[in-house]
Amino acid sequence: MSPSVTDNQAKARAEHVARAAYGRLIAILAKRSGDIAAAEDALADAFAQALETWPKNGAPDSPEAWLLTVAKNRQRDVAKSAANKTAAGSLDDESFKMNSMPTDTAKPHGQDIPDERLKLLFACAHPAIDSTVHTPLMLQTVLGLEANEIASAYLMPGATLAQRLVRAKRKIKDARIPFEIPDQSEIKSRLDGVLEAIYGAYSLSWQDAENVDVTRDLAKEALYLSTVVTDMLPEEAEALGLAALVALSMARRQARLTAKGVHIPTDQQNTALWDKMLIRRGETLLTRAAAQKAPGRFQIEATIQLIHCDRANSGLTDWAAIAQLYNGLIAFAPTMGAAVARAAAVGHAFGAKAGLNALATVDAGHANAFQPYWATAAYLHRMAGDESSAQAAYRKAIDLCTDLPTRKWLERIAQDKVASLH
Amino acid sequence: MKYTFFLYNDESQFADVSPEDMAQSLQVFGEYIRQLNEAGVLVHTDWLQPSPTATTITLKGGTKQIQDGPYADTKEQLGGTFVIDVPDLDAALAWAEKCPSVHYGLIEVRASAMPEGGNPHAG
Repeated sequence: MSPSVTDNQAKARAEHVARAAYGRLIAILAKRSGDIAAAEDALADAFAQALETWPKNGAPDSPEAWLLTVAKNRQRDVAKSAANKTAAGSLDDESFKMNSMPTDTAKPHGQDIPDERLKLLFACAHPAIDSTVHTPLMLQTVLGLEANEIASAYLMPGATLAQRLVRAKRKIKDARIPFEIPDQSEIKSRLDGVLEAIYGAYSLSWQDAENVDVTRDLAKEALYLSTVVTDMLPEEAEALGLAALVALSMARRQARLTAKGVHIPTDQQNTALWDKMLIRRGETLLTRAAAQKAPGRFQIEATIQLIHCDRANSGLTDWAAIAQLYNGLIAFAPTMGAAVARAAAVGHAFGAKAGLNALATVDAGHANAFQPYWATAAYLHRMAGDESSAQAAYRKAIDLCTDLPTRKWLERIAQDKVASLH
Repeated sequence: MKYTFFLYNDESQFADVSPEDMAQSLQVFGEYIRQLNEAGVLVHTDWLQPSPTATTITLKGGTKQIQDGPYADTKEQLGGTFVIDVPDLDAALAWAEKCPSVHYGLIEVRASAMPEGGNPHAG
């Protein structure tokens, strides 16, 4: 220990440890009791202790182990106090601090701390927990994000989300949802839930919200969570596929909007703004996934992204390959989004007539309120030379669109053609 | 077509909201209003005092009756309104789905019945 460490250095050290270790420590602290809320309280106390004592005494050699020891002592004290409410001394008194301070010799080293985060992820995405809470629960317990911060990304009041998180944690504890990696018979379906929730965190990062305070980049957090899974399950093809998908889409983030906040479609983005490192990372992950010979939804979506990224080298987008991949995607996940995207790709590759035929396979009744359906119809009608149908479809797409960058883009392209016709 | 969103929710949920949570709530509603404005669809919005502050008046029975409190004593009370101008119900529902209150309450979406250009007798 070096006593010369300044306040700021200690604080920076604590924050760094917090970022790297938060989920690891919560997973360990919550594993035995299943009580995530109590684990969070104990860890928060340990961080408070660190901020108080590290500036005075210097940061310990293994901050993570130090925090774990203090938090475990805190949990034990809380349990004792609950068991014996008449015991003298409150939890906040000075004797607690003296007793629970780990000595340098008593602690294990950081690398000895097991990584139980994957078990925590499985608990958060357990099918008995309301699926809308899976993503926020992971962001909070594994990454330490505040409820208000997460709620803002959903345009939701923090108090509402906080209530749901409390309820979910109580259920995990009271219903004894296990902190375990599911066995072989179950792992595929359970892993899907975990991957979906991570994907949910990623989707959140694409929203356009100027005024709400989401200080952390949720795409980075999703990439981080996907890495937690692939580090511990390095042979799960779909986990690798999701990590690749997040990396490849993230690679294009700087290129997706104009200076005025208008959406730019992938095939028109400036490839010089794409992050080549992330593209390489995605490519490597996909190669690893393919070696497992277990194709799935996320791998196919990532491959579509990779073909888009290849335009940086070839100057062209291979729309025929993309259309083919959407056929494959629909076989795994027959969503309306995939069917509409397939029609657009077919149009790009084989012309308006083929594209409109592909779009005709989408159930128009269900698609009526689906904005991408109308945007694609507009694109294909225009390509076919039917500008009045195109204008009507653009109008419908714009009216349905609540995402501002996309809305502005649709308004612009609908106008462009009108202007050039006159 | 003008559509009004009636925002109903259980007021007891927010009985003891912290100032921090209140600030965050204002922020997300502010962001929603910004998006409605930027899309050019917002006509008007208001946020109401809680229902115990309501006063209800009627001359229906021939005599004036004033009641302290809301008209209907239900668990879900009207907490605010948005009026937006969009072409159809699909578009109105797309925006209602994005309203922050949809996560903790109910939103009733009603189309305007006012003749085009407003009531002709209103001057």
